[in-house]
Amino acid sequence: MTVPLLSLQGLTKAYPGVVANDTVSFDIGEGEVHALLGENGAGKSTLVKMIYGLVKPDSGKMLLRGQPYEPAEPRQARADGIAMVFQHFSLFDALNVAENIALGMENPPEMRDLAARIREVSETYGLPLDPYRTVGDLSAGERQRVEIIRCLLQDPKLLIMDEPTSVLTPQEVEILFKTLQKLQSEGTSILYISHKLEEIRTLCDHATILRLGKNVGECIPSETSARDMAEMMVGSTLQTPERGSREFGEIAMDISGLSVPAPSAFGTALKNVHLTVRKGEILGIGGVAGNGQDELLGVLSGETLTEPDAVKLHGQPIGKLGPTARRKLGVLAAPEERLGHAAAPDMSLTENAMLTGSVREGLEKNGFLDWGATKDFAERIIKAFDVRTPGPGNAARSLSGGNLQKFVIGREVLQDPDVLVVNQPTWGVDAAAAASIRQSLLDLATKGAAVICISQDLDELMEISDSFAALNEGRLSAPREAAGLTVNEIGLMMGGAHGMEVAHV
Amino acid sequence: MDLSAINPVLLIASLMVAATPLLLAAIGELVVEKAGVLNLGVEGMMIVGAIAGFATAVESGSPLLGFVAAAIAGAALSILFAILTQFAQANQVASGLSLTLFGLGLSALMGQSYVGIKPPQMGDIHIPVLSDLPVVGPILFGHDIILYFGIALTAAVWWVLKYSRLGLVLRAVGENHDAAHALGYKVLKIRLLAIMFGGACAGLGGAYISLIRVPQWTEGMTAGIGWIALALVVFASWKPWRALLGAYLFGGVTVVQLNLQAAGVAIPVEYLAMSPYLITIIVLVILSADKSNAPASLGRNFHASR
Repeated sequence: MTVPLLSLQGLTKAYPGVVANDTVSFDIGEGEVHALLGENGAGKSTLVKMIYGLVKPDSGKMLLRGQPYEPAEPRQARADGIAMVFQHFSLFDALNVAENIALGMENPPEMRDLAARIREVSETYGLPLDPYRTVGDLSAGERQRVEIIRCLLQDPKLLIMDEPTSVLTPQEVEILFKTLQKLQSEGTSILYISHKLEEIRTLCDHATILRLGKNVGECIPSETSARDMAEMMVGSTLQTPERGSREFGEIAMDISGLSVPAPSAFGTALKNVHLTVRKGEILGIGGVAGNGQDELLGVLSGETLTEPDAVKLHGQPIGKLGPTARRKLGVLAAPEERLGHAAAPDMSLTENAMLTGSVREGLEKNGFLDWGATKDFAERIIKAFDVRTPGPGNAARSLSGGNLQKFVIGREVLQDPDVLVVNQPTWGVDAAAAASIRQSLLDLATKGAAVICISQDLDELMEISDSFAALNEGRLSAPREAAGLTVNEIGLMMGGAHGMEVAHV
Repeated sequence: MDLSAINPVLLIASLMVAATPLLLAAIGELVVEKAGVLNLGVEGMMIVGAIAGFATAVESGSPLLGFVAAAIAGAALSILFAILTQFAQANQVASGLSLTLFGLGLSALMGQSYVGIKPPQMGDIHIPVLSDLPVVGPILFGHDIILYFGIALTAAVWWVLKYSRLGLVLRAVGENHDAAHALGYKVLKIRLLAIMFGGACAGLGGAYISLIRVPQWTEGMTAGIGWIALALVVFASWKPWRALLGAYLFGGVTVVQLNLQAAGVAIPVEYLAMSPYLITIIVLVILSADKSNAPASLGRNFHASR
């Protein structure tokens, strides 16, 4: 039997109160694309951090080509031929592409030579990049290219990719896969972390599934159905959200000819946006992050004020009304960033319930706060949305991402909105919780509310939305009926491949 | 009023002297802030450097040894700040402010027996021919070596930040400490070194006041130069040459207004005395129209587990 490239044997890592990895063992072969599957909190990130030398295992050992491998720091891991593309980009906005890449290398050449090599490698792998552009100005797809090229310049033996496709358009994903396949054909092994099962089925040779820090099974993805893999991840059968049949009512919210300048240097300007959503309708808005999603949510929620006539609710101009006034009228919003935008991290759940619920739930009388009623409201959210927390007195920060997301969405849904705007409602949420959040949005629409769902997860949008539009560089495409749209059509609506090209070998 | 008593050559030569303490402190703080740390204790480190340098120079008879002691004292005080903010995760603003208060008190205590003493003189350099040239000689070639050190330091900091690997890593740490950590850079170590560099520079700046500019010891003699240095770093958009420009502007207006006072110009003394602060800030505000240069992690504490 051949010696595997990297062999993990009984790796264990415990943090106070939680065992992140519990005796995890598996092998990655030479030139193999190995998938690491699991829900959020299953311990995938901790595991790769151990391989990359960022975290030391408590026990267990790793063998690299049969030799003991104990990286004390990422530098050493890189020297041993292990490179990593991070989930949250580890890039420096104010520096240019070449400087960012130099920071990830042990012995970078002179800047001019490095720039030339960046051009050369990026062309070879079909990921064109200008070495002198400032990273803060790049799109998400281009930023990922910077990370990938940073890895490729070091001729890695093993490339670790942590959820690389979550920010890409379908076309960009296709190009990325071609690049990865080219790398594989050159003998590079890839450890691919994702919870997108279809991707893993097309790309990976082998998959290891983690649940609650334990290795619960391995499979050959191309021979296993996505549903089976999902159930191995979750450990139970999955409920798919059900869409009841609904009638659409009159137009609830109407935006016409809206243009808003970019709020900051790295923001996006909205350009001539038209949008209508009817009662009982779910409008899905797709698009790659950074194409105006946050700005659009700001306009809808009232954080960004516009001309009065640009935003209308039931035909009444509301463009000049702030968030509280809009809440009174029934326009509620749940922004994407949970800690700091949708919720105040260091305040308790009760206090967070007060922050958006005071108007519609009558929690504030003559300037005095009714904490008793607020606590009841918070408890109602926790119960209705199965938020796992010891009680409403806990700080928002102490909840896991998925649980806090359930709380944030539940808080708005329970206030019985006429129009609900959500941005990335299931971002970073595990499959079971995501399904329940989607179900609650569908139920809300069935009750006659208009829902605008901004998301980068196309599967999610296809699952719940009635009509679909895409944001691309601050422009919103004309909405189309969601049923029957193909991935290819959606990709084109999202602006295609942003000038990417397929690897020319 | 007799404006003809003002000699432009001497004016320029003395503005360079007036600007040097501010320049040294600002360049040090610039490096600290580029690494993502906001140390508001510049004033405290300067005054401790001023008395440490003064005392050492008086006791040893060597002004140069005094400057070395001042740099060490400034760096030592900054280590206190580094321990509080980098290892104990204390708030940087509060720690910096208390460092200033601590430094002012400590220096007063250390300086009790040095009031009214004259320190040994630091000689100006003298290059044959060059220093004797009219106009150019006294302006460019007739100063003490610390003044030239300040200008050389500005050039060195500019070069290191822009072209060297060390500077790139330092900027990376100040820009996004989480990413720098993920790439395997020692964020705390780099910040500790930057803070110590800033402390040493502030100490030198303080000693320049007590040993060359004034030269004597009085309590609180730094008189807000440390605060001006902090403002200067921001308004100079974290660019070394702009800090030099700002420092010379401040020094220039200070010297001019002193000369105007001496010449008996009919402007109330209070207005003249505030003019250096006002003019420096107005000019630098106009220059710093591009606000995007602040290091993104400035003032944020780093902890590996967050």
